[in-house]
Amino acid sequence: MLAQNKTTPFLLGYRLYVVAFFIFLAAPLISAGAFAFNDSLFPALPWQGFTLDWFFGDTEPKLGMFHDRRLLQGLYYSFVIAIFVSALSVFVGTTNAFLFVRGEFPGKNFFYILMVVPLVIPGVILGISILVLASDTANYVENRFDLELEFLRPGLMLVVLGQFSFIATITSLVITARLKKFDATMEEAAFNLGASRARVLRTITLPFLRPAMIAAGIVAFLVSFENFNTTLFLVGSEAPLTITMYDRMAKVGSTPVLNAVSFFLMVGSGLLALLSIVVQRDKSAR
Amino acid sequence: MQNKDIKRLSLFLLFAPFALWIILLIILPHIGMVILSLKEKVAPRVYEYSFANYLEFLNEPIYWNTLLRTGSMSLLVTALALLIGFPIAYYIAKIAGPRSRGGLFLLCLIPLWVSDLIRAFGWILLLRETGVISNFLQWTGLVGAPVEFLYNDVAVIIGLTYTVILFMIVPLVSTLDGMDNSMIEAGYNLGGNGFTVLRRIIVPYAMPGIVAGCIVTFMLTAGSYLTPILLGGKNSSWFTEQIYNQFITRFNWEGGAAFGMLLLLFTSLVIWLGLKLSGQTLANTVAKS
Repeated sequence: MLAQNKTTPFLLGYRLYVVAFFIFLAAPLISAGAFAFNDSLFPALPWQGFTLDWFFGDTEPKLGMFHDRRLLQGLYYSFVIAIFVSALSVFVGTTNAFLFVRGEFPGKNFFYILMVVPLVIPGVILGISILVLASDTANYVENRFDLELEFLRPGLMLVVLGQFSFIATITSLVITARLKKFDATMEEAAFNLGASRARVLRTITLPFLRPAMIAAGIVAFLVSFENFNTTLFLVGSEAPLTITMYDRMAKVGSTPVLNAVSFFLMVGSGLLALLSIVVQRDKSAR
Repeated sequence: MQNKDIKRLSLFLLFAPFALWIILLIILPHIGMVILSLKEKVAPRVYEYSFANYLEFLNEPIYWNTLLRTGSMSLLVTALALLIGFPIAYYIAKIAGPRSRGGLFLLCLIPLWVSDLIRAFGWILLLRETGVISNFLQWTGLVGAPVEFLYNDVAVIIGLTYTVILFMIVPLVSTLDGMDNSMIEAGYNLGGNGFTVLRRIIVPYAMPGIVAGCIVTFMLTAGSYLTPILLGGKNSSWFTEQIYNQFITRFNWEGGAAFGMLLLLFTSLVIWLGLKLSGQTLANTVAKS
């Protein structure tokens, strides 16, 4: 089908198709970002001139995102949740990588599939199942021992656990892939030179894994930051940014301040994603 | 002997986080959900075990219609994503020069890092009555009055395909990337035309990537919540919306848990069928990418 060397009409059409696809890819992102700079009360055409009010404006009809307390709070909670989720996921991802690359135990393939499964369970289901178990446990403890376990009620803790439940799979896969490429003779050489186990781990193996751990951490951070489905069922009064934005969109209707937040998030996650790529490329002769 | 003990201990220590994660956050919650879905409220605070919640699903056509609709639209979106995405993945992996390849792949990944919410928001701004496309059509004179493109099935399908297509392209690029170009050349040299080479050589080679992409795409689509609701409006009738209504609006947790189980069983069944039909396993598709 796809002749490669000569420029035929077919190849030209193919190129046009690829260009059209990337326009399709970019269009909604551009429209979400661009209206942040439109000097109008609605995110719609016509273009009324350039403004930064939707970022920095401090008076009511045009209250900018950096003066909007609820949005800033959402940003803060999202940040806290994402930090905890990525730290936990990188830790468990690393132990899983050692478990499945180095460990020998019965039923290893079965457990490996079990590790991948959370990724294909719909996020909504993860959310409700964890909500059900946590509430059941909390109710039981309350009835039986008259103890109120606040952390098992919807709130930050449950959101972190809910997101961690499937993000850990992503970090495990990333770090496992890296550990598989490790050359075992490097460790043997260190052992032969008289190094202890802990020292080999600290000076040889973990530095080798570091790019993958950092990249996995960034991916976990971003996935956590943008998660909605799982979070929706587990959220308490401390709503992260995606939930706050959704409430705004559904109840108040959209104003360009949402475009400003979108622009801010797109630039932020774009930079982080680039960082993760740079970190992974660094020194890892792939 | 001592060495063996250390090995045992370290294996145990490595197994502990894995076991805690899978048991506490995946297995026990799902068992809890199954038990809850089998409970029926017979009086305030009194429950009995029965299949009442599942029977209600079967007796109420609106429920199973919604599930079937969600399933068939998800399959349509998966097929569309494969049809649109495969040529793009092939272009990136095989046709683009080595320099533009990385750049194109990165361009593909950028929307991946943008929240569903922002992507749906972008589509709303493009498609609604006062949106960019409607304005553009008026400006060119093709239409006389504002046109509403939002709140219908086409908008939902466009939005969903857009949301998931990257999860199709990424595994496809990585499998096609590992394919030796000489295999394609051999196909041509043996007298195959473009279509034969595609059907007999490229597609079979890319099968693990295709299946992996389809599984992830289908699961994400069937489990999506934001895109159908924001682009389809109040009457999008997506199954996750029914689950949300049972849980949050009607506070009927037993019914919601049953619906959740049904969604899980239904999507697992579709994926199992897909794996059987294509002769692949979960381990050599999703786990690989």
